Amino acid sequence: MAPLLELTNVSKTFGGLLRRRRVAAVRDVSFSLAGDSPEVLTLLGQSGSGKTTIARMILGLETPTAGSLRLMAEDIAALRRGAARRRLLGLVQPIFQNPFEAFNPLRHVDHYLLLTAQRFGGAGYGPEAQAATEASLRQVGLSLAEVARRYPHELSGGQLQRLAIARALLAKPKLIVADEPVSMVDASLRMAIVNLFQTLRAQLGISILYITHDLATAYLVSDRVAIMRDGEVVESGAARQVLTHPQHAYSRQLRDAVLVPRFTAGDGDGTTAEAKHRPQL
Amino acid sequence: MSATPAADGERKRATAGAPRAPVLSVDDLKAYYRTRHFGIEREVRAVDGVSFEVRDNEIYGLAGESSSGKSTLLKAIAAAMRPPLHVVGGTVRMRFLEGAKSLYAASSAELAQLRWRKLSYIMQGSMSALNPVRRVRRSFEDFAARHLGGTGAAFEAKVVAHLGLVRLDKGVLDAYPHELSGGMRQRVTIALATICRPDLVIADEPTTALDVVVQKDVLDMIRDVQRQVGSSLLLVTHDLGVHAYLTDRLAIMYGGRLVEEAPTETLFRSPLHPYAKHLIASLPRIGEAAPKVTLPGGPPNLAEPPPGCRFHPRCPLAMERCRRDTPTLTTVAPQHRVACFAVGGQA
Repeated sequence: MAPLLELTNVSKTFGGLLRRRRVAAVRDVSFSLAGDSPEVLTLLGQSGSGKTTIARMILGLETPTAGSLRLMAEDIAALRRGAARRRLLGLVQPIFQNPFEAFNPLRHVDHYLLLTAQRFGGAGYGPEAQAATEASLRQVGLSLAEVARRYPHELSGGQLQRLAIARALLAKPKLIVADEPVSMVDASLRMAIVNLFQTLRAQLGISILYITHDLATAYLVSDRVAIMRDGEVVESGAARQVLTHPQHAYSRQLRDAVLVPRFTAGDGDGTTAEAKHRPQL
Repeated sequence: MSATPAADGERKRATAGAPRAPVLSVDDLKAYYRTRHFGIEREVRAVDGVSFEVRDNEIYGLAGESSSGKSTLLKAIAAAMRPPLHVVGGTVRMRFLEGAKSLYAASSAELAQLRWRKLSYIMQGSMSALNPVRRVRRSFEDFAARHLGGTGAAFEAKVVAHLGLVRLDKGVLDAYPHELSGGMRQRVTIALATICRPDLVIADEPTTALDVVVQKDVLDMIRDVQRQVGSSLLLVTHDLGVHAYLTDRLAIMYGGRLVEEAPTETLFRSPLHPYAKHLIASLPRIGEAAPKVTLPGGPPNLAEPPPGCRFHPRCPLAMERCRRDTPTLTTVAPQHRVACFAVGGQA
């Protein structure tokens, strides 16, 4: 069976010709998502590592400078324009970083859910779209009664991000590309949203490409991770293995940058963290 | 207002001895946004009865999620209110304001004397704190020259020595802000905020805009400089990881009020308030199982806050009384205060 998603030696360079500076955002990246069993793959890296550029190429928003991207054996280059684009968006749906910008502030939020149900989900107008919308809202722990006829500013970031996921589900995609989906969501709601990814994989068979700089959530929800630096994948493998025993120097650097409570260091040896960190005055 | 006679030099070196007045003490502070459009008055109670103290040489953390009122609280403390924000009650005392004066009553000349010398700020966006069309050297001159005195070479020597604390060399003085990386810029603002050895530094999300790899370095630097300069630091961020890493004491804010305050370690190890418990339980950690936490609903609308305890609509322990009465921050153990009828032992 063909892989769901396959990137082969993909590179993307911005600038050039008249611009003096060329920026190689993605360099010779290859990875794939299995076609037969859904999985959560996380792209990890700091800003400027090329994660978002890869997401945009998968969504057909950018074209690669070299290499190919294939979605269920079809070249994304052929799917990104014209009538084929609808087919592309029926296969892969995005979730973006800022939920407040993902919805038109002048329209009710349920408008977009109903629209997606009709356009991509094969639901008809009226009650059929309503029923489909209700079902997908239930999937993310919301209900139509809670969000119907509400404007984006009336909802919290966590609620909006769930809505964005519900909207993506209405297109019945095979793959969801989630670019930093929780970095603007409050901490108390973050895990609930990230946990949804594993639920969607298990219950609906949807694969997730999760893009983040947060190692802790990546550890908890991913099956596999790929660590990126300056446009290249420096290390990839099973999430637990890579994140608990990183091999590449850069992976270790990322791992060491995770903030750990300073008092856990003082455990067991009798010195309190307080004593350790007090300067000698 | 506490009139402390201690000389400047002594004050910096004051350690545990006789109890001293706190550097900052906030008492029952209320700051509301009041708007009136088309004859309809609205009042958003963003800060509603907050009391806490920041002591000598400590990093006091304030955590809260969006719309918890933490930014409003900082504005009210720094006397940076603009309409429609008004302080409607309570007091903010700072030890370095001598006599019975409050920051609100100070004239602009007096404020100019206090700002940066006694009270300074580290902001989230270092790009907006530094003047983009002036070299870094000019920013130091603008902010610090009149407080530090000295001219030319003498002043520059002070600045260069202080930049050493944040591991920057004197080359950055000739750079424009856009020529520096985000981490370097934030180090420049840390140096700016601490060069006059102020009594109190207010840091608002100082590392939120920084990259993960840089964040830890900048936090280490903030701690080093704070310890060396001896300023007290009021650090506000939504990121509990930062608090766990940096702060000595921590308060958690919800719906415009403090719900719990304790030494950071105590708060992380044994939180009492149901909201604080939830917040700490929902922190993901590498090497541990995924936290399964769900809390119904969202943060309260502060234009129409729920009566009684503002957390009661989402609280698993809510009782009849929580819907009616407002719990106050009550001491339950040394240095540990919590505002909850269910766990705070309030009669």
